[in-house]
Amino acid sequence: MCRVCGCSATAGDNADARVAEPGAPQHHAHAPDRDHHHDHGHRHHHQHTAHGHDHGHDYRHDHRRGGVVRAPLNAVHAPGIGQARIIQVEQDILAENDRYAAANRARLKAAGIAALNLMSGPGAGKTTLLVRTIADLGPILPIAVIEGDQETSFDAERIRATGAATIQINTGRGCHLDAHMVGHAIDRLEPAPGSLLIIENVGNLVCPAGFDLGEGARVVLLSVTEGDDKPLKYPDMFHAADLLVVTKTDLMPYVAFDLERCIGFARRVNPGIDVLTVSATDGAGLDAWYDWLKRAAAAGGTTAPSPLRETVPAGR
Amino acid sequence: MHELSLCESVMRILYQEAEKHRFHRVKTVRLQLGALSCVAPEAIDFCFKAVSKGTLADGARLELLREPGAAWCASCGETVSIKERYDPCPTCGSYELHVSRGDELRVKDLEVE
Repeated sequence: MCRVCGCSATAGDNADARVAEPGAPQHHAHAPDRDHHHDHGHRHHHQHTAHGHDHGHDYRHDHRRGGVVRAPLNAVHAPGIGQARIIQVEQDILAENDRYAAANRARLKAAGIAALNLMSGPGAGKTTLLVRTIADLGPILPIAVIEGDQETSFDAERIRATGAATIQINTGRGCHLDAHMVGHAIDRLEPAPGSLLIIENVGNLVCPAGFDLGEGARVVLLSVTEGDDKPLKYPDMFHAADLLVVTKTDLMPYVAFDLERCIGFARRVNPGIDVLTVSATDGAGLDAWYDWLKRAAAAGGTTAPSPLRETVPAGR
Repeated sequence: MHELSLCESVMRILYQEAEKHRFHRVKTVRLQLGALSCVAPEAIDFCFKAVSKGTLADGARLELLREPGAAWCASCGETVSIKERYDPCPTCGSYELHVSRGDELRVKDLEVE
Protein backbone atom coordinates (compact mmCIF):
# COMPACT_ATOMS: atom_id res chain seq x y z
CA MET A 1 0.00 0.00 0.00
CA CYS A 2 1.12 3.52 -0.72
CA ARG A 3 3.20 4.98 2.07
CA VAL A 4 2.13 8.44 1.13
CA CYS A 5 -1.58 8.32 0.59
CA GLY A 6 -2.76 4.78 1.16
CA CYS A 7 -3.48 3.96 -2.45
CA SER A 8 -2.95 0.38 -3.41
CA ALA A 9 -0.06 0.43 -5.83
CA THR A 10 3.20 0.85 -4.05
CA ALA A 11 6.76 -0.22 -3.55
CA GLY A 12 6.81 -0.47 0.16
CA ASP A 13 3.97 -0.83 2.52
CA ASN A 14 3.62 1.82 5.11
CA ALA A 15 0.18 3.21 5.48
CA ASP A 16 1.49 5.85 7.85
CA ALA A 17 3.73 7.78 5.53
CA ARG A 18 2.62 11.10 4.15
CA VAL A 19 4.04 14.00 2.25
CA ALA A 20 3.64 17.41 3.83
CA GLU A 21 2.58 20.22 1.52
CA PRO A 22 4.89 23.18 1.55
CA GLY A 23 3.49 25.37 4.29
CA ALA A 24 0.94 22.79 5.34
CA PRO A 25 1.64 20.16 7.93
CA GLN A 26 0.11 17.08 6.34
CA HIS A 27 -0.61 15.51 2.98
CA HIS A 28 -4.14 14.47 3.92
CA ALA A 29 -6.22 13.29 6.79
CA HIS A 30 -4.35 10.08 7.53
CA ALA A 31 -2.03 11.67 10.01
CA PRO A 32 -1.05 12.16 12.76
CA ASP A 33 -3.39 9.56 14.18
CA ARG A 34 -1.76 6.43 12.89
CA ASP A 35 -4.16 4.06 14.58
CA HIS A 36 -7.22 5.50 12.94
CA HIS A 37 -9.61 3.39 11.00
CA HIS A 38 -11.83 4.48 8.21
CA ASP A 39 -14.44 2.96 6.02
CA HIS A 40 -13.35 1.25 2.88
CA GLY A 41 -14.42 2.06 -0.58
CA HIS A 42 -13.23 5.65 -0.26
CA ARG A 43 -11.09 7.33 -2.86
CA HIS A 44 -7.88 9.22 -2.45
CA HIS A 45 -7.20 12.35 -4.38
CA HIS A 46 -3.74 13.41 -5.25
CA GLN A 47 -1.81 14.78 -8.15
CA HIS A 48 -0.32 12.38 -10.59
CA THR A 49 1.43 14.82 -12.84
CA ALA A 50 3.78 12.94 -15.15
CA HIS A 51 3.45 9.93 -12.94
CA GLY A 52 4.67 6.72 -14.45
CA HIS A 53 2.31 4.20 -12.95
CA ASP A 54 -1.32 3.38 -12.45
CA HIS A 55 -3.12 3.18 -9.18
CA GLY A 56 -6.18 1.27 -8.20
CA HIS A 57 -7.57 3.91 -5.93
CA ASP A 58 -10.52 2.18 -4.47
CA TYR A 59 -8.52 -0.77 -3.27
CA ARG A 60 -9.36 -2.07 0.15
CA HIS A 61 -6.97 -1.61 2.97
CA ASP A 62 -6.71 -1.71 6.70
CA HIS A 63 -4.44 0.80 8.34
CA ARG A 64 -4.53 -0.79 11.73
CA ARG A 65 -2.78 -3.97 10.84
CA GLY A 66 0.21 -3.01 8.81
CA GLY A 67 -1.64 -2.02 5.70
CA VAL A 68 -1.64 -5.43 4.11
CA VAL A 69 -4.61 -6.17 1.94
CA ARG A 70 -6.64 -8.90 3.51
CA ALA A 71 -8.61 -11.01 1.12
CA PRO A 72 -11.26 -13.20 2.68
CA LEU A 73 -9.66 -16.40 3.87
CA ASN A 74 -11.40 -19.22 2.10
CA ALA A 75 -11.07 -22.04 4.54
CA VAL A 76 -13.73 -24.18 2.93
CA HIS A 77 -12.31 -27.21 1.21
CA ALA A 78 -14.53 -27.91 -1.73
CA PRO A 79 -13.92 -31.22 -3.47
CA GLY A 80 -11.13 -31.04 -5.99
CA ILE A 81 -9.56 -27.81 -4.85
CA GLY A 82 -7.88 -28.97 -1.68
CA GLN A 83 -4.79 -30.25 -3.49
CA ALA A 84 -1.48 -28.76 -2.43
CA ARG A 85 0.68 -27.63 -5.36
CA ILE A 86 3.89 -25.75 -5.92
CA ILE A 87 3.87 -22.37 -7.67
CA GLN A 88 7.16 -21.14 -9.09
CA VAL A 89 7.40 -17.43 -8.36
CA GLU A 90 11.06 -16.38 -8.74
CA GLN A 91 10.28 -12.79 -8.00
CA ASP A 92 12.62 -10.25 -6.48
CA ILE A 93 11.10 -8.89 -3.28
CA LEU A 94 12.37 -5.41 -4.14
CA ALA A 95 11.19 -5.58 -7.77
CA GLU A 96 8.29 -3.22 -7.21
CA ASN A 97 10.48 -0.63 -5.51
CA ASP A 98 13.00 -1.00 -8.30
CA ARG A 99 10.31 -0.32 -10.91
CA TYR A 100 9.35 2.94 -9.20
CA ALA A 101 13.03 3.82 -8.84
CA ALA A 102 13.57 3.29 -12.58
CA ALA A 103 10.60 5.56 -13.33
CA ASN A 104 11.99 8.26 -11.02
CA ARG A 105 15.43 7.94 -12.59
CA ALA A 106 14.08 8.22 -16.15
CA ARG A 107 11.99 11.23 -15.26
CA LEU A 108 14.83 13.04 -13.47
CA LYS A 109 17.17 12.28 -16.34
CA ALA A 110 14.71 13.70 -18.85
CA ALA A 111 14.58 16.94 -16.85
CA GLY A 112 18.38 17.06 -16.44
CA ILE A 113 18.01 16.91 -12.67
CA ALA A 114 20.84 15.28 -10.72
CA ALA A 115 19.49 13.52 -7.65
CA LEU A 116 21.49 12.54 -4.59
CA ASN A 117 20.37 10.17 -1.87
CA LEU A 118 21.89 11.55 1.33
CA MET A 119 22.08 8.99 4.13
CA SER A 120 23.58 8.74 7.60
CA GLY A 121 22.77 7.82 11.16
CA PRO A 122 20.62 10.32 13.06
CA GLY A 123 22.53 13.45 14.02
CA ALA A 124 25.48 13.12 11.64
CA GLY A 125 24.75 16.61 10.36
CA LYS A 126 22.87 16.07 7.10
CA THR A 127 20.53 19.01 7.53
CA THR A 128 23.23 21.33 8.90
CA LEU A 129 25.45 20.56 5.92
CA LEU A 130 22.53 21.12 3.55
CA VAL A 131 21.62 24.46 5.10
CA ARG A 132 25.20 25.67 4.74
CA THR A 133 25.45 24.21 1.22
CA ILE A 134 22.29 25.95 0.04
CA ALA A 135 23.44 29.25 1.55
CA ASP A 136 26.81 29.06 -0.22
CA LEU A 137 25.90 27.31 -3.45
CA GLY A 138 22.21 28.19 -3.88
CA PRO A 139 22.86 31.46 -5.75
CA ILE A 140 24.72 29.63 -8.56
CA LEU A 141 23.08 26.20 -8.43
CA PRO A 142 19.35 25.72 -7.76
CA ILE A 143 18.87 23.08 -5.10
CA ALA A 144 15.61 21.37 -4.16
CA VAL A 145 15.32 19.12 -1.13
CA ILE A 146 13.16 16.16 -0.14
CA GLU A 147 13.34 15.67 3.62
CA GLY A 148 12.63 12.26 5.13
CA ASP A 149 11.96 11.81 8.83
CA GLN A 150 9.72 9.58 10.86
CA GLU A 151 7.94 12.58 12.35
CA THR A 152 7.89 16.40 12.40
CA SER A 153 8.69 18.90 9.66
CA PHE A 154 11.54 20.50 11.65
CA ASP A 155 14.12 19.71 8.97
CA ALA A 156 11.96 20.96 6.09
CA GLU A 157 11.43 24.20 8.03
CA ARG A 158 15.19 24.62 8.42
CA ILE A 159 15.70 24.06 4.70
CA ARG A 160 12.75 26.26 3.75
CA ALA A 161 14.26 29.11 5.78
CA THR A 162 17.15 29.13 3.27
CA GLY A 163 14.67 29.82 0.47
CA ALA A 164 15.20 26.43 -1.23
CA ALA A 165 12.22 24.45 -2.50
CA THR A 166 11.59 21.63 -0.06
CA ILE A 167 9.06 19.03 0.89
CA GLN A 168 8.86 16.84 3.98
CA ILE A 169 8.00 13.15 3.90
CA ASN A 170 7.05 11.69 7.27
CA THR A 171 7.44 7.95 7.16
CA GLY A 172 5.52 7.32 10.39
CA ARG A 173 6.72 3.96 11.58
CA GLY A 174 8.85 3.53 8.45
CA CYS A 175 12.61 3.41 8.82
CA HIS A 176 13.57 4.46 5.29
CA LEU A 177 12.30 6.23 2.19
CA ASP A 178 11.25 4.14 -0.78
CA ALA A 179 11.00 4.98 -4.47
CA HIS A 180 7.23 5.29 -4.50
CA MET A 181 7.21 7.88 -1.70
CA VAL A 182 9.93 9.81 -3.48
CA GLY A 183 7.95 9.71 -6.74
CA HIS A 184 5.03 11.38 -4.99
CA ALA A 185 7.33 13.95 -3.40
CA ILE A 186 8.81 14.82 -6.82
CA ASP A 187 5.24 15.33 -8.14
CA ARG A 188 4.60 17.90 -5.48
CA LEU A 189 8.00 19.52 -5.31
CA GLU A 190 8.39 19.94 -9.09
CA PRO A 191 12.14 20.63 -8.99
CA ALA A 192 13.32 22.99 -11.75
CA PRO A 193 14.94 21.37 -14.80
CA GLY A 194 18.72 21.40 -14.43
CA SER A 195 18.58 21.71 -10.65
CA LEU A 196 20.15 19.52 -8.02
CA LEU A 197 17.69 17.41 -6.04
CA ILE A 198 18.93 16.26 -2.65
CA ILE A 199 16.92 13.55 -0.96
CA GLU A 200 17.72 13.51 2.74
CA ASN A 201 16.87 10.00 3.88
CA VAL A 202 15.63 8.99 7.31
CA GLY A 203 18.52 9.03 9.79
CA ASN A 204 19.44 5.35 9.88
CA LEU A 205 22.62 3.51 8.90
CA VAL A 206 20.82 0.24 8.18
CA CYS A 207 17.55 0.21 6.25
CA PRO A 208 17.94 2.98 3.64
CA ALA A 209 20.87 1.06 2.12
CA GLY A 210 18.52 -1.50 0.58
CA PHE A 211 16.13 0.83 -1.25
CA ASP A 212 16.96 2.43 -4.58
CA LEU A 213 15.13 5.76 -4.89
CA GLY A 214 16.12 6.53 -8.48
CA GLU A 215 19.01 8.75 -7.41
CA GLY A 216 22.08 9.37 -9.54
CA ALA A 217 24.47 8.92 -6.63
CA ARG A 218 24.42 7.91 -2.99
CA VAL A 219 26.22 9.90 -0.34
CA VAL A 220 26.75 8.65 3.20
CA LEU A 221 27.68 11.05 5.99
CA LEU A 222 29.59 9.95 9.08
CA SER A 223 30.40 12.41 11.85
CA VAL A 224 33.64 12.09 13.77
CA THR A 225 31.67 11.79 17.02
CA GLU A 226 30.16 8.51 15.82
CA GLY A 227 33.46 6.66 15.70
CA ASP A 228 35.80 5.50 12.95
CA ASP A 229 34.63 1.88 13.01
CA LYS A 230 31.12 2.52 11.63
CA PRO A 231 31.95 1.36 8.08
CA LEU A 232 32.60 -2.16 9.37
CA LYS A 233 29.71 -2.08 11.83
CA TYR A 234 27.25 -1.04 9.09
CA PRO A 235 28.86 -2.49 5.97
CA ASP A 236 25.73 -2.50 3.79
CA MET A 237 25.40 1.28 3.97
CA PHE A 238 29.04 1.99 3.16
CA HIS A 239 29.00 -0.65 0.45
CA ALA A 240 26.02 1.05 -1.19
CA ALA A 241 27.46 4.59 -1.16
CA ASP A 242 29.37 6.37 -3.93
CA LEU A 243 30.77 9.03 -1.62
CA LEU A 244 31.60 9.13 2.09
CA VAL A 245 31.56 12.58 3.68
CA VAL A 246 33.16 12.69 7.11
CA THR A 247 31.47 15.56 8.97
CA LYS A 248 32.12 17.68 12.08
CA THR A 249 35.88 17.63 11.52
CA ASP A 250 36.15 20.70 13.77
CA LEU A 251 35.49 18.30 16.66
CA MET A 252 38.45 16.03 15.77
CA PRO A 253 40.67 17.41 18.59
CA TYR A 254 38.10 16.30 21.17
CA VAL A 255 37.32 12.78 20.02
CA ALA A 256 39.31 9.64 19.31
CA PHE A 257 38.58 9.42 15.59
CA ASP A 258 41.27 8.01 13.30
CA LEU A 259 40.46 9.25 9.80
CA GLU A 260 42.85 6.87 8.04
CA ARG A 261 41.39 3.92 9.91
CA CYS A 262 37.87 5.03 8.98
CA ILE A 263 38.75 5.37 5.28
CA GLY A 264 40.54 2.00 5.37
CA PHE A 265 37.43 0.33 6.79
CA ALA A 266 35.16 2.06 4.26
CA ARG A 267 37.36 0.85 1.38
CA ARG A 268 37.33 -2.68 2.72
CA VAL A 269 33.57 -2.84 2.14
CA ASN A 270 33.65 -0.60 -0.92
CA PRO A 271 37.01 -0.26 -2.70
CA GLY A 272 35.67 2.44 -5.03
CA ILE A 273 34.17 4.82 -2.47
CA ASP A 274 35.22 8.51 -2.68
CA VAL A 275 35.91 10.29 0.60
CA LEU A 276 35.62 13.96 1.56
CA THR A 277 36.01 15.60 4.97
CA VAL A 278 34.01 18.68 5.93
CA SER A 279 33.01 20.91 8.78
CA ALA A 280 29.83 22.92 8.23
CA THR A 281 30.83 24.94 11.30
CA ASP A 282 34.32 26.18 10.38
CA GLY A 283 33.94 25.64 6.63
CA ALA A 284 36.89 23.26 6.23
CA GLY A 285 36.59 21.03 3.18
CA LEU A 286 33.42 22.66 1.89
CA ASP A 287 35.01 23.76 -1.39
CA ALA A 288 35.76 20.16 -2.33
CA TRP A 289 32.19 19.17 -1.39
CA TYR A 290 30.81 21.98 -3.56
CA ASP A 291 33.02 20.91 -6.46
CA TRP A 292 31.69 17.39 -6.13
CA LEU A 293 28.09 18.69 -6.14
CA LYS A 294 28.74 20.89 -9.16
CA ARG A 295 30.17 17.93 -11.04
CA ALA A 296 27.13 15.85 -10.08
CA ALA A 297 24.82 18.65 -11.25
CA ALA A 298 26.74 19.08 -14.50
CA ALA A 299 26.26 15.38 -15.19
CA GLY A 300 22.51 15.98 -14.72
CA GLY A 301 20.32 12.96 -14.67
CA THR A 302 22.92 11.07 -16.62
CA THR A 303 25.02 10.41 -13.54
CA ALA A 304 25.61 6.70 -13.45
CA PRO A 305 23.16 5.06 -11.08
CA SER A 306 24.84 3.62 -8.07
CA PRO A 307 25.30 -0.13 -8.42
CA LEU A 308 22.96 -1.83 -5.99
CA ARG A 309 23.81 -5.25 -7.25
CA GLU A 310 27.20 -5.56 -8.81
CA THR A 311 27.94 -7.80 -11.69
CA VAL A 312 31.22 -9.42 -12.44
CA PRO A 313 32.81 -8.02 -15.60
CA ALA A 314 31.98 -10.21 -18.58
CA GLY A 315 34.38 -13.00 -19.33
CA ARG A 316 36.01 -13.00 -15.94
CA MET B 1 13.11 -2.81 10.70
CA HIS B 2 13.01 -2.78 6.93
CA GLU B 3 12.29 -6.51 7.24
CA LEU B 4 8.71 -5.48 7.97
CA SER B 5 8.33 -3.67 4.65
CA LEU B 6 10.08 -6.53 2.86
CA CYS B 7 7.56 -8.98 4.36
CA GLU B 8 4.73 -6.71 3.30
CA SER B 9 6.17 -6.83 -0.23
CA VAL B 10 6.19 -10.63 0.05
CA MET B 11 2.52 -10.54 1.04
CA ARG B 12 1.71 -8.42 -2.00
CA ILE B 13 3.47 -10.94 -4.21
CA LEU B 14 1.43 -13.73 -2.56
CA TYR B 15 -1.86 -11.95 -3.31
CA GLN B 16 -0.79 -11.28 -6.90
CA GLU B 17 0.06 -14.96 -7.31
CA ALA B 18 -3.20 -16.01 -5.63
CA GLU B 19 -5.13 -14.00 -8.18
CA LYS B 20 -3.09 -15.41 -11.05
CA HIS B 21 -3.10 -19.05 -9.97
CA ARG B 22 -6.40 -19.19 -8.10
CA PHE B 23 -5.32 -20.55 -4.74
CA HIS B 24 -6.82 -19.84 -1.34
CA ARG B 25 -4.15 -20.77 1.09
CA VAL B 26 -0.39 -20.67 1.21
CA LYS B 27 1.20 -23.53 3.12
CA THR B 28 4.88 -22.81 2.51
CA VAL B 29 6.79 -19.78 1.29
CA ARG B 30 10.37 -20.30 0.16
CA LEU B 31 12.56 -17.21 0.15
CA GLN B 32 16.06 -16.95 -1.21
CA LEU B 33 18.11 -14.70 1.07
CA GLY B 34 21.66 -13.99 0.04
CA ALA B 35 24.27 -14.11 2.79
CA LEU B 36 25.22 -10.53 1.90
CA SER B 37 21.68 -9.17 1.60
CA CYS B 38 20.84 -6.59 4.21
CA VAL B 39 18.31 -8.68 6.12
CA ALA B 40 18.33 -10.59 9.37
CA PRO B 41 16.69 -14.02 8.88
CA GLU B 42 15.24 -14.02 12.41
CA ALA B 43 13.67 -10.61 11.79
CA ILE B 44 12.17 -11.85 8.51
CA ASP B 45 10.72 -14.83 10.33
CA PHE B 46 9.26 -12.65 13.07
CA CYS B 47 7.85 -10.02 10.71
CA PHE B 48 6.37 -12.58 8.35
CA LYS B 49 4.37 -14.11 11.18
CA ALA B 50 3.12 -10.65 12.11
CA VAL B 51 2.07 -9.53 8.62
CA SER B 52 0.62 -12.88 7.53
CA LYS B 53 -1.69 -13.23 10.52
CA GLY B 54 -5.30 -13.33 9.34
CA THR B 55 -4.30 -13.56 5.66
CA LEU B 56 -4.18 -16.39 3.14
CA ALA B 57 -0.71 -17.17 4.48
CA ASP B 58 -1.69 -17.36 8.14
CA GLY B 59 0.33 -20.17 9.70
CA ALA B 60 2.36 -20.75 6.53
CA ARG B 61 5.81 -22.22 6.94
CA LEU B 62 8.59 -19.87 5.94
CA GLU B 63 11.65 -21.58 4.48
CA LEU B 64 14.70 -19.41 4.15
CA LEU B 65 17.20 -20.59 1.57
CA ARG B 66 20.54 -19.00 2.39
CA GLU B 67 22.55 -18.28 -0.74
CA PRO B 68 26.30 -18.01 -0.21
CA GLY B 69 28.19 -14.82 -1.01
CA ALA B 70 30.71 -14.65 -3.85
CA ALA B 71 32.88 -11.90 -5.26
CA TRP B 72 35.27 -11.31 -8.11
CA CYS B 73 38.71 -10.28 -6.89
CA ALA B 74 40.23 -7.52 -9.02
CA SER B 75 43.64 -8.35 -7.67
CA CYS B 76 43.92 -12.07 -8.44
CA GLY B 77 41.15 -12.27 -11.04
CA GLU B 78 39.38 -15.15 -9.31
CA THR B 79 35.79 -15.55 -8.17
CA VAL B 80 35.97 -16.35 -4.47
CA SER B 81 33.48 -17.01 -1.69
CA ILE B 82 33.01 -14.49 1.07
CA LYS B 83 30.86 -14.48 4.19
CA GLU B 84 30.78 -10.74 4.86
CA ARG B 85 31.18 -7.62 2.77
CA TYR B 86 34.34 -6.70 4.65
CA ASP B 87 36.04 -10.06 4.11
CA PRO B 88 39.36 -9.98 2.25
CA CYS B 89 40.00 -12.27 -0.73
CA PRO B 90 40.75 -15.70 0.79
CA THR B 91 43.35 -16.30 -1.93
CA CYS B 92 45.40 -13.11 -1.98
CA GLY B 93 44.15 -10.99 0.95
CA SER B 94 43.05 -8.04 -1.22
CA TYR B 95 39.91 -6.01 -0.41
CA GLU B 96 39.41 -5.17 -4.10
CA LEU B 97 36.36 -7.40 -4.24
CA HIS B 98 33.27 -6.93 -6.38
CA VAL B 99 30.31 -8.82 -4.99
CA SER B 100 28.79 -11.09 -7.62
CA ARG B 101 26.45 -13.25 -5.60
CA GLY B 102 24.75 -13.24 -2.23
CA ASP B 103 22.55 -10.15 -2.62
CA GLU B 104 19.42 -12.16 -3.45
CA LEU B 105 16.07 -11.29 -1.91
CA ARG B 106 13.57 -13.38 -3.82
CA VAL B 107 10.36 -15.29 -3.44
CA LYS B 108 11.39 -18.59 -5.01
CA ASP B 109 8.24 -20.68 -4.86
CA LEU B 110 5.10 -21.39 -2.88
CA GLU B 111 3.26 -24.45 -1.74
CA VAL B 112 -0.41 -23.60 -2.02
CA GLU B 113 -3.86 -25.12 -2.04
